[in-house]
This record gives sequence, structure tokens and C-alpha cells, in this order.
Amino acid sequence: MPVHVVAEVLANRRAGAHRVLTLAAPGVAEGFRPGMFVAVTVGPAQLARRPMWVHRVRGSGTHGATLEVVVEPRGTGSRWLGDRAPGDRLPLTGPLGRAFALPREPVACLLVGEGVAAAPLLALAERLRERSCAVTMVVAADDEAHLLATLEARRLARAVTVVTADGSVGTRGRAEHVVADLVAGPVAGSAPAVVYASGSPALLRAVARAAEAHDVSAQVAVAPAMPCGTGLCGACEVPVQDAAGQPSWARACHEGPALRADRVNWGALADRRPGGGTGAARVAGADGVDW
Amino acid sequence: MTALRLPSPVVVAAGCGGSGRELAPYLDLDGLPLVSRSLTLDARGDGPGPRLEEAPSGLVHLAGARNRGVAAFLADDLPWLVRAGAWVHVSLVGATLGEYAELARRVGRAPGVRGVEVNLAVPDPRGSGLFDAREPFHAASVVSAVRREVPRDLPVLAKLRPDVSRVVESARAVADAGATGVVVGGPVPAALADGTPAGLCGPAVRPVALRCVHEVCRALPDVPVVGSGGIAEPADVRAFRAAGAVAVQVGTALLHDPTVLDRLGRGADPQRPVRRPDHPHTPHPQEEP
Repeated sequence: MPVHVVAEVLANRRAGAHRVLTLAAPGVAEGFRPGMFVAVTVGPAQLARRPMWVHRVRGSGTHGATLEVVVEPRGTGSRWLGDRAPGDRLPLTGPLGRAFALPREPVACLLVGEGVAAAPLLALAERLRERSCAVTMVVAADDEAHLLATLEARRLARAVTVVTADGSVGTRGRAEHVVADLVAGPVAGSAPAVVYASGSPALLRAVARAAEAHDVSAQVAVAPAMPCGTGLCGACEVPVQDAAGQPSWARACHEGPALRADRVNWGALADRRPGGGTGAARVAGADGVDW
Repeated sequence: MTALRLPSPVVVAAGCGGSGRELAPYLDLDGLPLVSRSLTLDARGDGPGPRLEEAPSGLVHLAGARNRGVAAFLADDLPWLVRAGAWVHVSLVGATLGEYAELARRVGRAPGVRGVEVNLAVPDPRGSGLFDAREPFHAASVVSAVRREVPRDLPVLAKLRPDVSRVVESARAVADAGATGVVVGGPVPAALADGTPAGLCGPAVRPVALRCVHEVCRALPDVPVVGSGGIAEPADVRAFRAAGAVAVQVGTALLHDPTVLDRLGRGADPQRPVRRPDHPHTPHPQEEP
């Protein structure tokens, strides 16, 4: 059950181009499962909340269970969040959204994360390892500074492919160009039975296509801007279809963020008009980077 | 005249409480006055594109009456809300007088409905293909059409745009046509960054709504007025009540704090009469919520 609380910032550390905030948020960590997020209130005059992936949850310390969220300071809201200092207070609601569904059997899983959207995949990898799933990861970003937690990925996964658009580290290219081969497998000995992806719409679509072509189950974390995070405003709706192909809409914050890739209507999603010229509401990552 | 009764002077505004279920983790819905999303006869969408943008102290949103249609509401959402104990007013919006009347007919006798709110505050009626009620005469026609279709003792509220130049005239017209009271507020006509017609809501519009409430209360002291527009703090509730509003509606604030109604003291003072002071413009001592 989500709660609305005033969280306290316990730490703010740099991780490449990102800031990692450690928050004491009573009651939020308890119901967390990988893929859920928190909706954070920013600044006094900004009414849209910023959805933040929960990166890690740590067990009880002096402050009880704490959470880590990753901020990519790019828009006004995310820059403000990235500037928070220990002791600052942040009203937030969480844990929100539908988590990634986990396989019942110990099967091989491929996890693909791009930029700051890779944040929820570490906790997912941990959970999958506990279930004896063989985890392979792709961690991608524009450049080295925007790669998230590759060291930790190496600790958790059997194999990690690092991809940067500028080639500063790992394979040069974009994640959407390497996933097709990896979904086809085999990677680290076995072809994946489940693919999990979190990143740009282009990456998610590429994963959905590859998964369909190779008859692999895929879950994608869709994360447009989510002004409320609680399912009230409807601004984060994405076009979906049911098993019979009947079109409808799913709120990314409520029915998602984790959706079955074959249920997303990728064509209709691509047709959605981009946001206005001021950059006020382009589709943003789960940290609301464009906000 | 039908009396307006509310279990609490703090009400969930139309379209801001989802189906009610979304609020349930944060609030006790028992005794919570809640206005439904504005319903149309058939389901309506917004089409592709952004629905919502941030403005300083405000949100700009498409207001095309996106909803699942009256049948889905009556079959699915209303029974749930009634079971949860919510005090439900149903908001209606149509393209023609006939549609408003048909909606009223279907909603007015549904079990558990405590009132009807006629949405005459659509920020872009022409673009949305909805009835243009900017002329007080047209607003009154809608209220008459609705009034005829619902039980005599069911409150019918008319939601009017916070347009200072027309709001008193409109309020008088709808009251004469049989409205139990008026809701003054709703989105101020605005545009998304790309020019798409939309509505502005949130604290940015609060002073505008407050002025409208003042004007209507002064001109029509016998008409119950519910104030709406950017109310987020207990001081805002006090300001609207001091202006003469019998109750307030809260919308945008719910989007960034789903617990805000409790902070605004909903139900905290059930003894306090839901009525306006005799002289709305005399300064009132600051009261604790």
C-alpha cells in the first residue's frame, strides 16, 4: 500500500553525471518491489511531481529502511532535486506502480537498461538471482558519465554488455541496435526466456520487436512524465491492446510502469505528438529529466 | 428550493479524484464529498499528444471531457463509491441540451447519487465539441433541461467559469432556472505551449476564482456558492469561506498530495454550519480550520 510522507534526505552523492539521493521515507520501502517508483514533489511553484525510480532499498539502520533514487539533473525539477542536501525534506508518495513480474521458474533473464532508467534493474537483478535465474545485463548510455552502476551490474550478472553512444567505454552504439542479437541469444550459455527493459521508447520498441521475433516474453518499463503518479490525472496514458487486440489506454503510473511488451501499441505510441516547443512536457524518463 | 447539504465543506473537484479507488490508499472515503469526472453519454478520449504541462504555480491541461461514458460510471464506479461511503455528486457535460437532459435522466435516479453538477465551465467548448454555455441564457437552458429530469429534492449545482465579467450574470440566470447552487471555479481558458486550447488550474488561478466568489456572493446572497480554484492550504479554505463560499472544491492539490483533504481539515469541524457569513465583505477574524 503506498503512503504519502515527508521524506528526509540522508545523503546526496555524485555518480558520474547523476546524483544519488538516499532518503528516509517511513513506510515506503516496506512494500517496494523492483519496478516501482516514488512520486516526488519539487519546488513550491511546480505542481507536477517527478517520478523517480527506486534504485535500491536498504534494510533497517538508525533511520529504518532507506531508499535510493537516481536523479539526472537536466530539467528544472530534476536540477532542483539534484541540489537537495542532507536534512532537506521532500514530500513524496510511494511505492507506486506495478512492479516487474518475476518468472516462476529459474530461467535465463536479459535485463536492458539505458541511462538513468537502468536504476530499477539492479534491484530486479538481485531479486532474480535470489530465484536462481541466470541474469545477463545490458547497461547503455550516451557516454561513460551517464552509465549507471556498471560495477554493481557486474557483481550481480553473469555477463554485462556496456554500450555507449560515443564509444567512450564498451561497445559504441545504441542499446536498441544491440538488443536484437542478445534477445536471440545465447548469452552466457543460455538463450533468455524473459527480457526486461527500461529506457527510451526506441529501446523499448526494439526489445518488443526482438522478443516477438524470437518468441521470448518481454516486460518493458514505460515512463513518460507522470504529473501525479497516483493514477488521478491520466497524463501518462500509453496506448495498449488486450490479448484480443482491442485497443485501450494504460496509465504508466498505475497499470504500469512494467507492462508486457506485446500489450503496448507501439505504432500508436510513436504517433503521439511530441510536446510543446518550450520543452514543457516532452516524454521524459522516470526521473522526469525533461521536466 | 432544494437545500444543499454536504457532510463536509471540503469537496473533491470533478475529474481530480479519479474513480475514487485511486484515493482510497490515502483517505477514508466514508463521508467524503466527491464530484465525479464530467460524464458524457459515450466514452471520450483526448487523442494523441500531451495532455498536461506545467506552468508557474499551475498546470495546463487538455479539457476535452475525457471519460469512460455514463454507462461505465453507473455500472462500475458509482456502486464502488457508494459502498465506500462517498457523498457523490455526478458531473455532467454534453454537446446539446438533449444530451444534458438524457444524462440527467440516467443519473438522477441512480442509487446513491446525492447531487448533480452541471459542467458549464468547459474552457474550449467549440474545440471539444461540447455545448457552449458562455451566454448566461444558454447556461440557464441547460440547468432547466437538467432540473426537469431529476427528482425535485436532488441538488443541481451549476459549475461556472471563473470569468469575472460574466459570472454574476450567469449565476443569476442558472439560479433562476432552478440551480440549487453554483460552483464557481474550474479551469481558466488557456493554451498548451503548442497553442492547443486547454485549461489552467492550480494556485495560479486562485485569486481569480476568489474574486468571482466574492462577486457572486455579494450580488446573490441567497445562492449557495462553492468555491474552487487552486485551493491547497487551510488559509485558502478560510479565504473562500470568508468570501461567502459555503464549501470549497479541491482538485489540483490532490495531484501532488493525495492526503491534502485531511490537511485542509475536512470533517474536522462538523459542528460548523455550512453557510455564508451575513456580510461577506466585512473582514473576518482568522479562524483555525
